[in-house]
Amino acid sequence: MEHTSLLERILRGIALALVVIFFMFPIVWILMMSFQTNETILRIPPQLVFEPTLANYTALITGKLMTAAGTLDIAFMRNLWNSVFLSVTSVAVALLLGVPAAYAFARHKFRGSEDIAFTLLSFRFAPALLVLLPLTLYFQKLGLANTYIGLIWVYQLICLPLILWIVRGYFEDIPADIEYAYRIAGHSWFATFRKIALPLAGPGIAAAGLLAFIFAWNNFVFALVLASADKQPVTVGALAFITSSGIQYGQISAAIVLSITPTLALALYAQRYLVEGLSLGAVKG
Amino acid sequence: MSPTAITISGVDKFYGPIDRGVHAVKNLTMEIAKGEIVALLGSSGCGKTSTLRMIAGFEEVSRGTIAVAGRKVHTLPPVRRNVAMAFEGYSLYPPLTVRENIVFALKAARLAKSAVDAKVANIAKLLEIEDILERYPSSISGGQQQRASLGRALIREADLHLLDEPMGQLEPQLRAVLRGRIKHFIKERGLTAILVTHDQTEANALADRIAVMEGGVLQQFDTPDRLKERPANLFTGTFVGEPPMNVFEAYVGTAAGKISLKLPDGLSLDYDKDAFSGPVRDELLNRQRVVIGVRPYAVRRSKDGVPATVSANQWLGDQTHIAADFAGGSLVLVEHDRTRLELGAPIKISIDPKNLHVFDQASGNAISHGTELA
Repeated sequence: MEHTSLLERILRGIALALVVIFFMFPIVWILMMSFQTNETILRIPPQLVFEPTLANYTALITGKLMTAAGTLDIAFMRNLWNSVFLSVTSVAVALLLGVPAAYAFARHKFRGSEDIAFTLLSFRFAPALLVLLPLTLYFQKLGLANTYIGLIWVYQLICLPLILWIVRGYFEDIPADIEYAYRIAGHSWFATFRKIALPLAGPGIAAAGLLAFIFAWNNFVFALVLASADKQPVTVGALAFITSSGIQYGQISAAIVLSITPTLALALYAQRYLVEGLSLGAVKG
Repeated sequence: MSPTAITISGVDKFYGPIDRGVHAVKNLTMEIAKGEIVALLGSSGCGKTSTLRMIAGFEEVSRGTIAVAGRKVHTLPPVRRNVAMAFEGYSLYPPLTVRENIVFALKAARLAKSAVDAKVANIAKLLEIEDILERYPSSISGGQQQRASLGRALIREADLHLLDEPMGQLEPQLRAVLRGRIKHFIKERGLTAILVTHDQTEANALADRIAVMEGGVLQQFDTPDRLKERPANLFTGTFVGEPPMNVFEAYVGTAAGKISLKLPDGLSLDYDKDAFSGPVRDELLNRQRVVIGVRPYAVRRSKDGVPATVSANQWLGDQTHIAADFAGGSLVLVEHDRTRLELGAPIKISIDPKNLHVFDQASGNAISHGTELA
């Protein structure tokens, strides 16, 4: 039984409240801004009471941005769709390539296996800006610039090492003898991978996939350089709100709210797997 | 002789590159008949588990061949070797219940459900796991998991059953009961089993023959009785048997028509020349130095023996273990009655020549057991 005095509990409450406010305030503020017009947002001093408006969301969904200088076309919904498409496809490709590779690295020690695994990890060390220029040149020559395939390819730099290294750890945690027991009972190597290794590493694969999705979703610089307007994800698309007649804070906020919703929903839904996956070893002996 | 179940010939195992890596199993050759139970006995790292895993197909055979039921299998994947195995770490499938785990092993056999149920009921009764059949591996104890894993291996009808430390986690009482039942089960069905163990009681109780391994080398492959009575070398002599064999270095000499085994501290064991057969006598006299061994239960206290001093005395409930300082070393003797001897008490011991094991001083190979040549 933990013994805490009243004072201790109060202090702890205050500390927790501070932490929550620190992390939640920007999100709450942005949520509030998304329901305000630019004028009310920029009012000094800022006010907590305002008349909510859905104009920002309407503008984003219809794609017509009203500014003082006139009407602007924006492709926010298109950007959002690009984000969803790019992230989902990239993670799917990375899972397809990374999970079997992780299994191979975990189960088979071959000459240079550590070097290859480390090389893949090192993709995450290199600053994106360092590889961008040569990559852009190659992509233009290859005709991959401004294509979904090209972007998904580059996104593998983000997703693949992440999945490979997280999932590899999960496969290593599964005692090899469990797989041997399955194989000696008359099953092939592939059946063992599918029926034993994959389900046991399931939580880890889910966690790695989710993390990779969030990283892919949040990527900015690759998409900024390698894609033009119709292929850009929301992270880049949000730049369109900095217009010649001012920064559209209301729409930016609404855009942010819309663009964090999918990852937030996914994270909340998969929270159980995430915690299980990232904290627990897959199998207890 | 019944047909051969498995033939291992000239098998080497290297971890790492051949001839340069760790040499875990060295030139192993064994033949096991159908229906035989064989124990691979040895301390950790002696190569017994590597051998088992090579037979199962989880480790590559670096050199040599393994044939199961006349089929060369050492290059086949595990699935095509038709062997069953119980793992030391149990290796039950966590998402399945104990029953499902056991039934799983029968999947490939495609039996009718009633036949499967009957088999599972039978094996569960044998291993006393009927009450945990519907539980999951994570919710049962290590001993229960081990029995479940044993059940999963024994229920299969394979050419060969491999059991890796099959009873290491069981409580002593249960272990004794299960040993008998499992042996009966295996014999009744005419199964062939190889078990790996470091527990010689288990090996003695279960196995028809025991393969003693050390340093990757098969030291001796023989029945439990012959391992005790006729150890092939100093290693098996001292490894098999509890408490271990007493060994001393001795110089062979003759004095007054007797063969004298001179021990350190000026002591000597003297025997009539006729106590040994002619060839043994010749072997002994041909050598300067030998190593002599005697089992603790064969050491006698007598009035006209060689002096020793008691250094420890333990009554184990059914026998007494007496340790004594003797000839610059220590000697253990076992008596079946409770013996009251103070520490430091002088005793005199004698060793009957028929209980004397003589080994070559350099190679450790046996020269004679009792009055016969090895």
